[in-house]
Amino acid sequence: MKIQFQLNGRTVCPEIEADMLLLDLVRKLGCLSVKRGCETSNCGLCTVLMDGTPVLSCSVLAARAEGRKITTLEGMGEEAEEAGRFLAQEGGEQCGYCSPGFLMNVLAMEKELDHPSEEEIKEYLAGNLCRCSGYMSQLRAVKKYLNRKEETADAGSR
Amino acid sequence: MFHAREYVRPSSLEEAYQLCQKRRNLVVGGMMWLKMENITKQTIVDLGALGLDQIEEDEEEFRIGCMVTLRMLETHSGLNREFDGIFRECTRHIVGVQFRNGATVGGSVYGRFGFSDILTCLMALDTYVELYHGGVMPLAEFAEKPVSGKERDILVRIMIKKDGRRAAYQTVRKSKTDFPLIACCVARTGEGWQVSVGARPKKASAVLVKGEAGKDPELLAGHAAAQFTYGSNLRGSADYRAYLAEVLIRRLAEQIKKTEEKQEADR
Repeated sequence: MKIQFQLNGRTVCPEIEADMLLLDLVRKLGCLSVKRGCETSNCGLCTVLMDGTPVLSCSVLAARAEGRKITTLEGMGEEAEEAGRFLAQEGGEQCGYCSPGFLMNVLAMEKELDHPSEEEIKEYLAGNLCRCSGYMSQLRAVKKYLNRKEETADAGSR
Repeated sequence: MFHAREYVRPSSLEEAYQLCQKRRNLVVGGMMWLKMENITKQTIVDLGALGLDQIEEDEEEFRIGCMVTLRMLETHSGLNREFDGIFRECTRHIVGVQFRNGATVGGSVYGRFGFSDILTCLMALDTYVELYHGGVMPLAEFAEKPVSGKERDILVRIMIKKDGRRAAYQTVRKSKTDFPLIACCVARTGEGWQVSVGARPKKASAVLVKGEAGKDPELLAGHAAAQFTYGSNLRGSADYRAYLAEVLIRRLAEQIKKTEEKQEADR
C-alpha cells in the first residue's frame, strides 16, 4: 500500500507493508537518528514526533502516519544542535545511542511544559532509558538547556 | 512478531464490526503490547478514523472514546478535577510520556490486563462500557468476563458518571515505570466505600463496603483487603500483596477523609 505524509517538512509517498512499523519506515527513508532499542515500548530510543507529539516509532504502524507530520532529530535543525551541545557539555551523551530519542523528548517537553520542576522533568523523561550516564549529567544538561534564556537575560542585565 | 497482510481504516463502526467478525482480522488499539505477540492476521482494523479519540463531558457524565490515549486521561482537567486527580495518578507511572501518547483506553480496558492501572482506577468509579453489539453494561460486569479470542465485539467508549464521589489512587512499584506490584483505588460514594484492587496480580475487582466496617479507615482497610484474593509472581508474594493492599486502602481512605474535612472547612 502507498501512504503520504510529511517527513521533516518534506512530503513523501512510500510504498509500505500493512504491518510495517514507523521505526522501520523512517530508517528506510534515511532518518538513521531513530534507533532500534528494546522494541518492547520501554526505552524511548525510537522517539519521533507525530504532529508534534512524542511517540514510540517502534509501536506505531507506519500506515498510521498517513496525512500526519512526522519529525525526527534530522528535522529539528538548530534546536537539536543547541540541546545536544548542553548534553555534551555536561557529559550526558556518553555512548550516544540514546541521545537522539532523549533529545526528541526534551524538545517535546520544552514545548509542552512551562518551566517544569525537577520532578516534572524526571517524570516526563522517565521513558528514556540510558545505561551509561546514571541520568544526573542528563538532568543537569536539561535544566541548563531549559534555563538558557533566563540565564542569557540575567547575564545581559548585569 | 506480529504480522498482518492488510490494513483497513473503516469509515463506520458497522464496517469495523463486520470486519472483526472474521477470526483472521483484528481490531487494534495503540498496539503497545500486541506487536510483541507472535501472531499473524489477515487484516488490521484501525478505528482511528471514527472520531473516537475524544473525551466529552456534560453535567451527568464523561464519555471517553476507545481511541483516547492514556496521556489524554492524565492531562484532562475535567476528569482530574471531578475525581481528585486519580487519572493523573493512575497513568503517570506507566512507562513514559511517549508510551502514554500511544496506548489507548480501549486497549487497556478491553484487554482486562491483570497489571492494568486504568482498570483498577475505573472500577472504583461508576463506570460503564459501551460495546457496539453488546450495548452498555457496567464495567464490573464486563471485567468479569473471561478474555477470549472468540470475542468479536468492539468497545466503543466508556462512560463515567459524575456522582460527586471523592477518590484516591496509589500503587506500589519495585522500580519507576515498571508494572505495579499492587494497585489500589478507593472512592467514597453516597452508599459507602468503593474499594478496587488490581495487580493482585489478577485483574482488578472492586468491593463496596457499607455500614460499621466503613466508619474508620483502619477497620475499612482490614475488612476490604480481606475480601480479595491475591497471588504470587516474581514481583511479590500473595502475603506481601495482601499486606500492602491493607496499608494502601487505609492510607487512601485517610486521604479522602482529609480532603472532605478540608472542603468542609473551606465552606
